[in-house]
Amino acid sequence: MNLDATMPDTGVIFGLAGILVFGIGLFGALSLRDSLRRVLALKLCGVGASFILIVAAWRGPGLAADPVPHALVITGIVVMVSATAVALALIRRIHSLENGRDD
Amino acid sequence: MIDVLIIFDLVLALAIIAIAAGVLVLRDAFAMIVCFVVFGLLSALAWVRLAAPDVALAEAAIGTGVTGALLLKTLAHLRGRTLSAPLRMDGPVLANASLCALATLAGIGALLATPIGGPGLEGLVAQNLLASGVEHPVTAVLLNYRAFDTLMEVVVLLVAIIAVWSVERGVTRAPAPVMGEVYAGFARLILPAAVIVGVYLLWVGAIAPGGAFQGGAVLAAIGLILLITRAYTPLPAHRGAARIAFVIGTALFAAVALFVAQGGRATFEYPAAYAKSLILIIEAVVTISIAATLAALFHGREPVAVTVREARA
Repeated sequence: MNLDATMPDTGVIFGLAGILVFGIGLFGALSLRDSLRRVLALKLCGVGASFILIVAAWRGPGLAADPVPHALVITGIVVMVSATAVALALIRRIHSLENGRDD
Repeated sequence: MIDVLIIFDLVLALAIIAIAAGVLVLRDAFAMIVCFVVFGLLSALAWVRLAAPDVALAEAAIGTGVTGALLLKTLAHLRGRTLSAPLRMDGPVLANASLCALATLAGIGALLATPIGGPGLEGLVAQNLLASGVEHPVTAVLLNYRAFDTLMEVVVLLVAIIAVWSVERGVTRAPAPVMGEVYAGFARLILPAAVIVGVYLLWVGAIAPGGAFQGGAVLAAIGLILLITRAYTPLPAHRGAARIAFVIGTALFAAVALFVAQGGRATFEYPAAYAKSLILIIEAVVTISIAATLAALFHGREPVAVTVREARA
């Protein structure tokens, strides 16, 4: 894959995008009141952080990407889906209790 | 001349940022979730551009696919609930906004100021790839060099399903609508293909992008389709088998790690001659656990028989 010529620019563009997505998610997680939307805002934070790690994989001396950040992000994606599933189960439970239905 | 791919990157990055903002701004909850799914797929596309196909596969399958299904299921459960009032720009919110802007600016400064060519681990990974038992560096990191992280990741999934089963109980009627004939036909067509894709992803992880997590997510999609079409209904009697499926990945992974730690080897130090077989066995069993756990996380509640009195209470 011929990426060495275009890589710095691509890296900077998506690095900046990742940081902005993280910032948007952080603001949402702190300011929003709706619980479902808050969970999504936290997911945005997670994806933004993943962007930064994947861009950082190209900051090494070699011409190939560093596989360790890639593996860390894959681990992070699985941890995120686990945390999201628990958060959503709690949201469903709270909704059931608030509406007097125990289903 | 400007590289056409750079223009593509710029447009893609702007779209990702705009859609991320849309997730927080859109009033309609269904549109918000669709927006989030599009955001995840575009992020996966961006990671392909950054030559991280493993991560892109995992994000598309788990971070977007399974998560999107979880979100839509939750939305169906919250039927009739209106979203809270739109964001008011009062004092605390403005303070939050300015602090988040500061943090973002600091991040941008850090990104632009980071020197390129600092020390990386790709050299070490490449040097030891022959001894790892697999040819694909990301799989070597996940299943060999940093296998302990991966074991803990499987444990996190296990903890998640324990937590979800503790929070929600009962086998009352699921609120999901019954799917039509077309959908059942689609399920019949897609299920065999999904099995092949999932197993292929697992197998190919040793030499190319793919692996246990991506394959597990595709197999979990089969479970999701079976649950949605009601071709399979979890019953209280199935709990034992489900528990074994949840725990077998963690158990076998830990057992192999401890079993190889003899004759002067450390934990997780696979003997070179058996490294590939051991990694493939671990991956295959972990894939089963991941698929079962993700499908169970989608279903949500533990299938226990609820007595009439309990259901009324």
